[in-house]
Amino acid sequence: MVEMLGTREMYGDTLVELGSENEDIVVLDSDLSSSTRTSKFGERFPERFFNMGVSEQDMIDTAAGLAASGKIPFASTFAIFATGRAWEMIRQSVCYPKNNVKIVATHGGITVGPDGASHQCMEDIALMRVLPNMTVIVPADAHEARAAIRFAAKNRGPFYIRLARDKFPVLYSPDLDFELGRARVQRVGREATIIAAGLMVHEALKAIDLLEGQGLRVGLINMSSIKPLDRQAVLDAARTTGAIVTAEEHSILGGLGSAVAEVLAEECPTPMRRIGVRDLFGTSGEPQALLAHYGLTAQEIARAVGEVIGLKTGGENR
Amino acid sequence: MEEDRVAELKEIARQVRIDILKMLAKAGSGHTGGSLSAVEIVTALYFAKMRHNPERPDWEERDRFVLSKGHGVPVLYAVLGRCGYFDRKHFETLRQLGSLLQGHPYSGLTPGIEVSTGSLGQGLSQANGIALATRLNRKDCRVYVLLGDGESQEGLIWEAAMTSAHYKIDHLCAITDNNGLQIDGPVSKVMAVEPIARKWEAFGWHVLEVDGHRFEEILAALDCAENTKGRPTMIVAHTVKGKGVSFMENQVKYHGTVPTPQELELALKELQV
Ligand SMILES: Cc1ncc(C[n+]2csc(CCOP(=O)(O)OP(=O)(O)O)c2C)c(N)n1
Ligand SMILES: [Mg+2]
Repeated sequence: MVEMLGTREMYGDTLVELGSENEDIVVLDSDLSSSTRTSKFGERFPERFFNMGVSEQDMIDTAAGLAASGKIPFASTFAIFATGRAWEMIRQSVCYPKNNVKIVATHGGITVGPDGASHQCMEDIALMRVLPNMTVIVPADAHEARAAIRFAAKNRGPFYIRLARDKFPVLYSPDLDFELGRARVQRVGREATIIAAGLMVHEALKAIDLLEGQGLRVGLINMSSIKPLDRQAVLDAARTTGAIVTAEEHSILGGLGSAVAEVLAEECPTPMRRIGVRDLFGTSGEPQALLAHYGLTAQEIARAVGEVIGLKTGGENR
Repeated sequence: MEEDRVAELKEIARQVRIDILKMLAKAGSGHTGGSLSAVEIVTALYFAKMRHNPERPDWEERDRFVLSKGHGVPVLYAVLGRCGYFDRKHFETLRQLGSLLQGHPYSGLTPGIEVSTGSLGQGLSQANGIALATRLNRKDCRVYVLLGDGESQEGLIWEAAMTSAHYKIDHLCAITDNNGLQIDGPVSKVMAVEPIARKWEAFGWHVLEVDGHRFEEILAALDCAENTKGRPTMIVAHTVKGKGVSFMENQVKYHGTVPTPQELELALKELQV
């Protein structure tokens, strides 16, 4: 049995850890602290926890003010409300003046499930990636989430970290180190490479097993650091395997797939396919059913890998 | 004594108006009316109320001022320059490529600017954040924030209004530059915000009303705010947009236009240069 661990549970625990290590850590939430697990911090450090009520814009700007006076604010709510409702506050008051605000959003992606389209955020990476000074991280398991959160606390500047509602299989050990802008090459490939983030790293692993059965050796990169992107890792994969598939629980517009396509188009044009939500809103359903409905599955990834390999012309693109 | 002090402030205000008009005329664009309506408010704060040190803009114990209506930044530049936060020769470069003085306040560049504004509605929340931080740090400082009356149509202002009252941020004092005008016309016609004093009261604030061009009233209200415990204070300052230049007063047109060379000459004459 694979061990499952929640990234948001880990967030709550990590905040408590950070709170006892550093007095300057403060936490804000917009009436979702029981869901985001910031309530754990709130119980432990009530004087450093600010529930702002249902007011995401106020939360972000208040966090900016706290940061401007030397605090290290973590601000949390669901991904769509953090990045959508408060986008311009993040732009004007967090990113432009480089305020030391850490936005950690839970409930990213389609696996939010039965709540449906209003709560399923497929746009957050695009919205955050376009902002100068912003760092964007999508951890693939709870241990990576913890490492990324601790990294954000220790390094100045605006961060966006996307967490999920559902638990993820455990991929890494608890003592994992986080290095910004450094991809995790999970497996070196021969015929193609999958570049994935978050939940889709796990689907990609299953896809690799499926493809192994067909005699294909496919590589996998966990691109948890979406901005800054590990361009070198993308280029190395393109040059050695000559075919790329990206996979993300996000719109194919503006997210990881776009970031990888930008690098490849400019520096090493390579056959590629993007797995993601194809310019659609979500809908209610159970997470697994939704992943299948929107084509975010190991089967779809494997199919896309087959397709890009077929697109390779004149053999290896070394 | 008190009279001398007011006379001194009036003279500073006159100089500040001259600097505003000159820098805007030179820049060729910018916001004249809302800079002029706030001259006495900003002058009173920096020259008679706030604890601050132009030599140490990041002094931890300083009082903070947030210009939420960021388009009025010429008045703040004029005052900061006069205090010595930067050389006044920079006034001439306002809004130009490479200038220390951006078109709207930018904390990442200009000494004395605490918060980056320009997108209306965002200053009060940030002032709350600053005030919560200074409270946690056990620093005894006060936080001031200047809002526009048109700006108060932004929903975020009222989210922030709840926050200040909920967290009993009594070392925060907001001031509304209640000049009655915004870009598209009178505030009452575009989207009424009156009765503004009663709105703030209903949100749990201690509210004072003053003539925003009379130093005696502004200073008395600022002192009263400082002595008010348990809730934040809003000073509704009744002002005249374009104040100090007869042909600009109460004119919607001068919200976002600057004096022509001829107008500048006339204006400076009125200000007895
Ligand atoms: C979010 C946002 N919307 C629109 C504007 C454009 N704008 C600049 S000033 C202004 C009117 C402001 O009126 P008021 O607050 O009364 O300012 P004052 O009269 O003091 O100049 C507007 C709409 C802006 N800067 N920010
Ligand atoms: Mg006005």
